[in-house]
Amino acid sequence: MTENLIDSIRENVIQGRVTRDDEGLEEGMAGQPAVTELVAEALAKDIDVKLIINEGLTSGMNTVGEKFEAGEYFIPDMLASAEAVGAAMEMLEPHLAQSGIKPRGKILIATVKGDLHDIGKNIVSILLRGAGYTVKDLGNDIDTQTIVDAVKEETPEFLGLSALLTSTMAHMEGTIKALADSGLRDAVKIIIGGAPVSEEFAQRIGADGYGADGFQAVALVESLNTA
Amino acid sequence: MARQGILVEPYQRLNDEQIARVHRLSMEILADPGIICFNRTAAAVFADSGAEVITVKGERLPHWILKIPEKLIQETIEAAPKVVKLGARNEDNCLILDGQETRVRFASGSETNNWLEMDIEAFISKNEPGQEVNFPVFHVEKGNTDRLATAAHLCEHLDSWDSFLRPVNIQDDEINDNNKDVNKFFASLNNTTKHVMAGLTQLNQLDNVIRMAQLIAGGEDRFRDNPIISFITSLIKSPLQLVDDTTQKTIEIAKRGVPLVISSAPQGGSTAPIVEAGIVAQINAEILTGISLAQLINKGTPVLYGSVPGRANMNDLNDSYGVPEFSQYNVDCVQMARHYGLPCYSSGGVSDARVPGIQASVERLFSHTLITLAGPQYMHYAFGLMERTSTFCPVQAVLDDAHIGIIKGLARQPAFTDSTIPEVLEQTRRVMNSSTKLFTRFARSALRSREIAPPYQFESRDMADETLFRAQERLDEILSLPPDHIEKVIAEKVFQQIPGLLNKLKDS
Repeated sequence: MTENLIDSIRENVIQGRVTRDDEGLEEGMAGQPAVTELVAEALAKDIDVKLIINEGLTSGMNTVGEKFEAGEYFIPDMLASAEAVGAAMEMLEPHLAQSGIKPRGKILIATVKGDLHDIGKNIVSILLRGAGYTVKDLGNDIDTQTIVDAVKEETPEFLGLSALLTSTMAHMEGTIKALADSGLRDAVKIIIGGAPVSEEFAQRIGADGYGADGFQAVALVESLNTA
Repeated sequence: MARQGILVEPYQRLNDEQIARVHRLSMEILADPGIICFNRTAAAVFADSGAEVITVKGERLPHWILKIPEKLIQETIEAAPKVVKLGARNEDNCLILDGQETRVRFASGSETNNWLEMDIEAFISKNEPGQEVNFPVFHVEKGNTDRLATAAHLCEHLDSWDSFLRPVNIQDDEINDNNKDVNKFFASLNNTTKHVMAGLTQLNQLDNVIRMAQLIAGGEDRFRDNPIISFITSLIKSPLQLVDDTTQKTIEIAKRGVPLVISSAPQGGSTAPIVEAGIVAQINAEILTGISLAQLINKGTPVLYGSVPGRANMNDLNDSYGVPEFSQYNVDCVQMARHYGLPCYSSGGVSDARVPGIQASVERLFSHTLITLAGPQYMHYAFGLMERTSTFCPVQAVLDDAHIGIIKGLARQPAFTDSTIPEVLEQTRRVMNSSTKLFTRFARSALRSREIAPPYQFESRDMADETLFRAQERLDEILSLPPDHIEKVIAEKVFQQIPGLLNKLKDS
């Protein structure tokens, strides 16, 4: 019974289905329970959270990664699966401590002041959630002080800053400076991304890293997390 | 099943009145000055069918002037099939060419003497001696049976290449006029399961070639149902002359009922008027004459309206394929063929450039695109032709395949069904209720059904144009695949029964 449920969670991660309304890659899946409904059922049945995460979510996501590497899956498939895992992790979060699972880390993410573009930030959020991180998304057009206050309040391990415009990327440097002025710079690793920024820009403004796309952002967080 | 090509909403360059005018002009040309005919049988056939035939005496070559009435042209157009099947070794690869359906299939073409190889060589930068730069280097080889087989193998694995029209002239030392036909057809058929089309070099080889095709197709009846080969006959020498040799070939092929292309290739500015209405009316008159002859010989012979109108380069009177007029003339001919309901063999995708690169891509993309949008049923010249059809380049063929794939995407019909609007509304409402506001989830099925195009297949990775290198990688990958040869027992039967085949072709 437990095994069947975990297998279903795993399969639905592979299919990228968050809720029962979602289509999968195979025909006729809409209407059947998807990851969130199945995880709710598993929690109701007191199935070990570790088992849900390791054998259901992570195992499913590993298969998705392999399919992507093999050219069988595309980025929308990765995002759909990551979204499903992210939604499941949100449901499981209150149960992690009592199951003895150490959270992977918290990431605060925002598009900087003056910039309304948030597609890139949203993709990074989905992928980080899919990788098991807790993501607190502040939104777009976020002024520097709001970001500083949120870092103080949320005490995240990471801060992700995004900008699409050459006219707004300067706010990244201002945010880093403001965090330093508030004595918070060393408490958080700062990563940046967005079309106009680069590795060289990241170094110049004193960020800890730069990701050219969502996948690089996840890899960057993973590498900084273990550093 | 048959290969589907791409169905287009046709671009119409000529309006109905202009089409009627071209037709009228063609009929006037056929009435006066008429067609000069160097073939006695054809002259007799036209005379028996009501054409005015004037014998011209005292010239070195006997010839006749045919003044063909419109009524005869109309009757023979009616007799010609409006749907022609071109079969294939693998029947899933056959082509059903319907003169009224604007579904385009893509084929190679010409019979080039030259085969253009590309090597990638490394050069040292003069400015930065530590820096090595790769650069393509081209060299010309002679066409032969091995290279023809390689081209057929390539055709088999390129998605958009629907039919193999032999692109390479076989010039092996062992090849002569009497064994050329059987060897070119065998080298092609043995390496692709798609339809094979070629011209006939020697009339006395026609029955050997057909017999070979029958053996491979599974017998006479099977070949009739699934004609895995067809012929191109260029019986017209522009302006307005029926050549003795190729006209006789047309007559004999028509008698045997094998599909054939009635092709004409006038050159605007030299062998045809340079004005659009003039060259189009002339080529139309020439092709209709050939189609009439085929139908008079054997009513119901499957024929394609073979239009290859070119324009002269006024610097040297060579053909000029990169000019806009080439595309315009061809679009007009596609419309004329459709006016008569006849499947059209059109021409597009050649470059005047000698090597792949920017000029080659620009020149061929304009004709590839515009003529595809006109909706010919069979577009030849579409793969690998360089230097005005005198060179075949396999790397260019790989690029052409990718580019035609993009053009197919461009020409795709809008897909609005009854379910589209509720589906879009549902998607929009769900996305707007989500935190991410992303529609990516709903792109997944479209990605798999090829409803949306992938990125450019040969995208460069670094700050240099690596397109040719990527295409070469793809070419090498394809050529490393095992060829899909004719079943051994059938091939042996072919070698036993058909004279003139080179033993070296058994394994290539």
